[in-house]
Amino acid sequence: MAVESTTIDRKVAERPPASLWRDAFERLLKNRLAIVGGIIVILLVFLAIFGPFITPYGYAQTDTSLVREVRGPANPGQGGHLLGTDDLGRDLLSRIMDGARISMTVAMVVQITVLLIGVPLGAAAGWFGGRVDNFLMRITDITYAFPDLLFIILLSVVFKDTWFGKAVDGLLLVFVAIGVVSWVGVARLVRGQMLSLKETEYVEAARAIGVPDRKIVTRHLLPNSIGPIIVAITLGIPGAILAESLLAFIGIGATPPRASWGTLISNGQRWMSSEPHLLLFPAIAIALALVSFTFLGDGLRDALDPKLKGKQ
Amino acid sequence: MTATDDNRRVDAGSPVVAELPESSKLPESVSLETEEGKRLASQLADEKKQHARKLLEVRNLSTQFFTKEGVVHAVDRVDFELDYGETLGLVGESGCGKSVTALSLTRLVPDPPGKIVSGEIIFDGVDIMKLSNEEMRLLRGKRIGFIFQDPMTSLNPTLTIGFQIAESARMHLGLSNRAANDRAVELLSKVGIPRARDRMNDYPHQFSGGMRQRVMIAIALACDPMLLLADEPTTALDVTIQAQILELIRSLSEEYGTAVILITHDLGIAAGMCHRVNVMYAGRIVETGNVDDLFDDPQMPYSWGLLDSLPRLDEVRGARLRTIEGMPPDLLSLAAECRFAPRCPYVHDQCRTAEPELTERDNPSHRARCFGTEPGGWIQ
Repeated sequence: MAVESTTIDRKVAERPPASLWRDAFERLLKNRLAIVGGIIVILLVFLAIFGPFITPYGYAQTDTSLVREVRGPANPGQGGHLLGTDDLGRDLLSRIMDGARISMTVAMVVQITVLLIGVPLGAAAGWFGGRVDNFLMRITDITYAFPDLLFIILLSVVFKDTWFGKAVDGLLLVFVAIGVVSWVGVARLVRGQMLSLKETEYVEAARAIGVPDRKIVTRHLLPNSIGPIIVAITLGIPGAILAESLLAFIGIGATPPRASWGTLISNGQRWMSSEPHLLLFPAIAIALALVSFTFLGDGLRDALDPKLKGKQ
Repeated sequence: MTATDDNRRVDAGSPVVAELPESSKLPESVSLETEEGKRLASQLADEKKQHARKLLEVRNLSTQFFTKEGVVHAVDRVDFELDYGETLGLVGESGCGKSVTALSLTRLVPDPPGKIVSGEIIFDGVDIMKLSNEEMRLLRGKRIGFIFQDPMTSLNPTLTIGFQIAESARMHLGLSNRAANDRAVELLSKVGIPRARDRMNDYPHQFSGGMRQRVMIAIALACDPMLLLADEPTTALDVTIQAQILELIRSLSEEYGTAVILITHDLGIAAGMCHRVNVMYAGRIVETGNVDDLFDDPQMPYSWGLLDSLPRLDEVRGARLRTIEGMPPDLLSLAAECRFAPRCPYVHDQCRTAEPELTERDNPSHRARCFGTEPGGWIQ
């Protein structure tokens, strides 16, 4: 005993205290793509929050003198507009920044909705099993099988003129609609985690010392599923942003003069041949956001997967 | 032991004397000098003998698993007793019902598909089978500690060692966070983890297998239980650590007066650790006795087989290890015969027509389930 104790003792003394999360974070830092993705994500979030305070123009502010001068959209650099203006003389950079605001809000609100619906539902299904599981999973299947786009379009048509359809510049409806159809993946993931984790020996050990079921779920099962949940949520964000842009592209969502990236693209498309920058810059913004969230998500998955531990 | 002084049992060390009902105490006013006093005292001693109950009495315990293929008789009409502070070994090969017996004692058999179909489990005077789920939960960890086979997977990787040890003390003893932490530190150093206070915030992956099993022992002993169930506590550990862990279990159980049920397939371990040994085969107890009786004079061919298959030091180099031929029977379909009959080298026709009872041998505590070794049997 003495020999074992002293050697281990020494090893520990040389090592900084480490937790699973710290280890995961260190692994994440080693992943360059994920870091690039993370930095762009942070940048986007920063722009979404502070963008409107940085730009000298409001997203709805029209530069009438410039419009009169160029008779149409201004090119990048023209009249002090870094990315040019649209056909109404509105600064494109400011509009993209406001678009970032919409996209980031979508990302956040939708994923919170997904968490609030998906995690409890999946946890209940996995923990109780049997009939509860069957019932909840059938609901999940139905939601999954339901055509998302149709559902969202129906929802926005039905609620178009109610307070619900108009709240938050018409965005609340979009948030809820996207959230309500996208929790399925997380619910299934959490259920699967619960099913496998509740058979683990440390859960059996927890039972054997008389830990009540509620605490087994909250202290032992959920913390162990947090890794995959974080990954799923991060990787779900591009989907949500894309869905919102798609809806904006076909004219559902933010009410003018607010413009989501999708609206900007839809607008830019009309000028594609003569003024390609109106299409290009919003498209770049979307692509950048999607790619960086995906990189970050992939990096998180590799970092949080305990099976990959030490293999890098 | 500061945290649980009020919780300790007075009779911890002695294996025979159980807690007695309040009424059987000698009244303070009676003097032992008088005739009356002496009479009362001897009467009390008699009563004590009668009341001297066991820590654990298992009667006719059957646990079955209801599967698609049919009913698996994992534990079949098992009876045994355990004194306070006694160490009992449950030995037998894989799948003979040792672990299910232990899980049944704490009602942790996974249900479905498992179910305790009959039997009484009297633990410290209380029939465990009659407790509500909530009462049972309060008993687990507090009165009955459990050590699992594989320490690598029995600790939650996302919680600190300190938290996991303190959890039980906080829950069952109602200690404050600080008191529970102090208790955890004390237990950690008790099980031989150096610099216990510093290691409280470490995570399981920072511990070796042997250290983790020490932590498991600390968790099991956190509330100073009366019974410790150790389900093959050293199977997953290498041999040098095995000895340390067993020694730790033994010294702590002696110190705290904890009774231990040690499940093992290693007869060497059972011989070194236990007061009594139950040999299980195919869900039944086939031989039970004091460790000396059982190892000196086993009364059941299966026990011989187990003992015989141990490698020996005085053996010829390169000699083949002996095995028991055949496989344990399918617990789905059991015929009315001695369950060991298909593998028994001494089998007679009688063995195939009825199952022998667990009958007394050289002394009342040594019993075996074998026609051949019963008085007048054909095996001498």
